[in-house]
Amino acid sequence: MHELGIVRNIVAIVGDAAKGRRVHRVTLDIGKLSGVMPDAIAFCFETVAQGTMLEGATLEIRRIEGRARCDACGSEFTADTLFTPCSCGSRRFTRLQGEELNIKSMELEQEVA
Amino acid sequence: MCGHCGCGDKTGATVLNLQTGEKMTMGSHSHEHGPDHRHPHEHDHARNGGVGHTHDHEHQHQHESSHVHDHVHPDGSRHSHAHAHEMGHHDHGHGGDHGHQLRAAPAVVELETRILARNDALAAKNRAWFAGREILALNLVSSPGSGKTTLLERTIRDLKSELKFYVVEGDQATANDGERIRAAGAPAVQVNTGTGCHLEADMVARGLAELKPPPGSVVMIENVGNLVCPAMFDLGERAKVVILSVTEGEDKPLKYPHMFRAAEIMILNKTDLLPHVDFDVSRATANAREVNPDITVLLVSARSGEGLADWYGWLRREIGRAREAVFA
Repeated sequence: MHELGIVRNIVAIVGDAAKGRRVHRVTLDIGKLSGVMPDAIAFCFETVAQGTMLEGATLEIRRIEGRARCDACGSEFTADTLFTPCSCGSRRFTRLQGEELNIKSMELEQEVA
Repeated sequence: MCGHCGCGDKTGATVLNLQTGEKMTMGSHSHEHGPDHRHPHEHDHARNGGVGHTHDHEHQHQHESSHVHDHVHPDGSRHSHAHAHEMGHHDHGHGGDHGHQLRAAPAVVELETRILARNDALAAKNRAWFAGREILALNLVSSPGSGKTTLLERTIRDLKSELKFYVVEGDQATANDGERIRAAGAPAVQVNTGTGCHLEADMVARGLAELKPPPGSVVMIENVGNLVCPAMFDLGERAKVVILSVTEGEDKPLKYPHMFRAAEIMILNKTDLLPHVDFDVSRATANAREVNPDITVLLVSARSGEGLADWYGWLRREIGRAREAVFA
């Protein structure tokens, strides 16, 4: 259940960046090949956020599909698994996207002038 | 967990220095909250034991940044208070078009931060620390029971006249493995992760502070037996060594591709048992290469000693590379 540790990291990073302001929304980019289950993230988030500036915040998870560029033939292809080969048969490729585990943005309560 | 920011706790994680017997608990942490750190108050509109009220008031106010209005509670008391309309999400909970626009846009802050940025940064610090001391650090990962500790014991016994080994032992509980390593002749610290299913870079840093491995030594980090999470947490090692024993399935590389892709070398252990099990070495190797075409595969038996010469050869080459890498 490494998702719990990951959620703690999310809450820590966003909480620090919010500098005491309330957080209304957190947007994550989670690659389909990242090895992290979005459902488990969402499940842990509400609990971990309790008592922090993120309490009650909406969690938005954007899935990023796996893509790679073949080292042999140079073509780009979609990869559903971490080791999907290129259609030319090569297993050597450069990952372009799909392993993201990023906090994209947060939406904060605005300061009242 | 920290009530302010929920920062990753290491509840229950302890570091035991097996040389001194001293035990430390992790999780005491400090963090910098800016000087402007504050805790905004909340109020809900419930009084007298939680009885709510509805807003029953006329809308003659202007929606600038805030407004004041009166309203009446169920008990008949009346008061006025200010509303801030900062987010544009304020819900009055009553029908009717007010004909007003809330202009303030939500404050969206782009973060573009890796979720594991903190661990990555600490791992980079560990890596630089190792490099500066020409220390080879390896992260040993596997399922529980693959023979990591036995392989380490044997390696230490066979090579201790040649190499200085220091070991960070990770387990959820007990100092059993750390004691075994000590008995084999290497200084060790036992990190007990408590509920944690993997080692993290800060635990290793804490372990190193206790171990104090000298320049030119070899640091073996034996991770918690688990083929999932340890793949995600960089510890600052030069390479991950994944150990698969022939009593497991040949398809583990396909079932746990992250780990086998992150590893530089796969050690197939317990080869002395091959005559007694249905393990197909060539299939296991093909599966590992399907996930990671460049992975080195070695067949060893930590018990009989078969194949260990290849493992020691690989270790010596990596030690050479760790030294060359200092000025690379």
